[in-house]
Amino acid sequence: MEKMPKWADVVLIPLISLLLAAALSALVILGIGEDPIEAVKTMITGALGSTYGWGYTLYYATNFLFTGLAVSVAYHAGLFNIGGEGQAMLGGLGVALICLFIPWPHWSIALIVAAIAAGLFGAAWAAIPAYLQAKRGSHVVITTIMFNFIAFSVLNYMLVNVLKPQGAMDPATARFPEAIHLPSLHEILLPLGINFSKSAPANVSLLVAIAACFVVWLLIWRTWLGHEIRAFGKSESGARYAGMSPLKITMIAMLISGALCGMMAINNVMGEAERLVLNSTEGAGFIGIAVALMGRNHPFGVFLAALLFGFLYQGGAELALWSSIPRELIVVIQALVILFTGALDNMVRMPLEKLFIAVRKEKA
Amino acid sequence: MDFLTLVQVLDSTVRLSTPLLLACLAGLFSERAGIFDIGLEGKMLIAAFFSAAVAALTGNVWLGLLSGIASSLVLAGLHGLASITFRGNQLISGVAINFLAAGITVLIAQDWFQQGGRTPSLIGGGRFAPVELPFAIGASEAEAAGRPLSQLLAEASPLQQVYSELISGHSILVYLSFLAVPLTAWVLFGTRFGLRLRAVGENPAAVDTAGISVVGLRFAAVGICGVLCGIAGAYLATALQAGFVKEMTAGRGFIALAALIFAKWRPWHALSACLLFGLLQALALRFQSINIAGVSVPVQLMEALPYILTVVILAGFVGKAVPPKAGGEPYVKER
Repeated sequence: MEKMPKWADVVLIPLISLLLAAALSALVILGIGEDPIEAVKTMITGALGSTYGWGYTLYYATNFLFTGLAVSVAYHAGLFNIGGEGQAMLGGLGVALICLFIPWPHWSIALIVAAIAAGLFGAAWAAIPAYLQAKRGSHVVITTIMFNFIAFSVLNYMLVNVLKPQGAMDPATARFPEAIHLPSLHEILLPLGINFSKSAPANVSLLVAIAACFVVWLLIWRTWLGHEIRAFGKSESGARYAGMSPLKITMIAMLISGALCGMMAINNVMGEAERLVLNSTEGAGFIGIAVALMGRNHPFGVFLAALLFGFLYQGGAELALWSSIPRELIVVIQALVILFTGALDNMVRMPLEKLFIAVRKEKA
Repeated sequence: MDFLTLVQVLDSTVRLSTPLLLACLAGLFSERAGIFDIGLEGKMLIAAFFSAAVAALTGNVWLGLLSGIASSLVLAGLHGLASITFRGNQLISGVAINFLAAGITVLIAQDWFQQGGRTPSLIGGGRFAPVELPFAIGASEAEAAGRPLSQLLAEASPLQQVYSELISGHSILVYLSFLAVPLTAWVLFGTRFGLRLRAVGENPAAVDTAGISVVGLRFAAVGICGVLCGIAGAYLATALQAGFVKEMTAGRGFIALAALIFAKWRPWHALSACLLFGLLQALALRFQSINIAGVSVPVQLMEALPYILTVVILAGFVGKAVPPKAGGEPYVKER
């Protein structure tokens, strides 16, 4: 017998966790002598009050969609991919190489090839940890953490010693050619008569990310492979007994996960910066963990959670601009969300389960 | 490279190894008891902030150290609550703790000091001063002679250079951290508490059957981990540097984690692993690139080397790193 109805597991628990995180964040804001209600107002106006705000919110959300999906695909196979940051850095490298050295006639072809390259680079960076987990039993969490740091060194080396244009000071590539500029939401929506902000970075990658949500949903719930991944994640011994190959499933799940993280680069590197800089990922790989946990590893949940975190990021930036609350408030909120929806899940779940069982007994 | 330069590189190796060593031993206690801890970084960071902040406000570095340890213990308690009491995912809890520390330190620093997320520079009693051992050439000798210290050292005999640069002149915490190695080895392998602590990381059910509290032992281990991380963080902000800056741990918690795996969860090996990784940091700090047999090694490779070595060790090419058997698993009493 189920202890709780499904809606409570899917909606109620994340909601309570979110409320707890929000309440604690409000206490933190009070603690540093600011007004939480004023802060929320500033965040809402800043992130949702104009098409400019929306443009940034959606831009961040695009990043988090990719990394959130990535974490959730690995999670379904019982793997915790904490290496999204490194995989996204490598994806950026792939995009930069494609955009810098091949003269593309049109952005659409460039986008497709860049997305493939980004996915391949990200997947390659996840491949070694995946193989070591499957073959050697080295814990994928530890190896992916190590690979994050190695990725940073690789990127640093490539930017400083190889890709930096001669005479330039900061470690970054040259600007990508004008021909492969991705259409922004402004350019996409103008023919429809909507005047979206010109200076906001949200671009066509958002549509790719939404498509990725749908593809991941199909993959996990509508294909045999997805069935195998979920079975393996639920019970490794069960899946093995049913004749599934742990090596194959671990590799495929991590490769897809790495590819999704890598593909984030079409948004932040190709769509926004239009060159590769050192800290282009801005921690999005880690936010993917919070997004996946919050979204209960379902693509639709990930979509909502990515929007929420996009709002938090843009709102937090505005807050730092207009008040004396630093941007790091968002890092605290992110930590609390991970804490309550991930690590302290049982703290919320256990009392709720008791409550539901008590109610059911009364009815019976 | 002349002899004095070599001594100086080794001297900075000792300084840079100290926080790694303390954090590594912290992780050793926790993981030997079956609690994975990827939150070493966060605990060090919050301790670095509170030690520097309190030292700046009171001018007393010892009060700073105590506050640093206390703040680290709070996060350790949170990790214990999540992973022992509520049997949550230990890795996710560690991730949350790292972010919590990264955010909250800057928020409070900005609120208290308004210096863009840093504390004021620590002066005088707000820092751990170097301990000058007897007969070593230190700041007081330089003052008495009226000449710069570097000049005096350059003229000294090689033995005196080693003694004055490498052995003397560190803060008390450095000597403490090196003493912590035999102490840890003794506690873990020479006491009843240590035996039980290791048992709880390998087979908690057996410990439970013997009538010893699994929860109590694991909380004790997490607590020791918190204290050691607290000292590591305080050392960073009040001895190695003079004050807190945002993200000042700069991945040291993860290097310590790497060292722990490299050492295969053994105290004396942890010392060598931390010295090795400290040496790599010291070399990367001093030289932009190094020529080995005509091939120039880029500084980025030096920085990445601890992580690469750890992956190689994890891959099992150089001996196999086997973590404590019950690591990462919450203990559920049979009913």
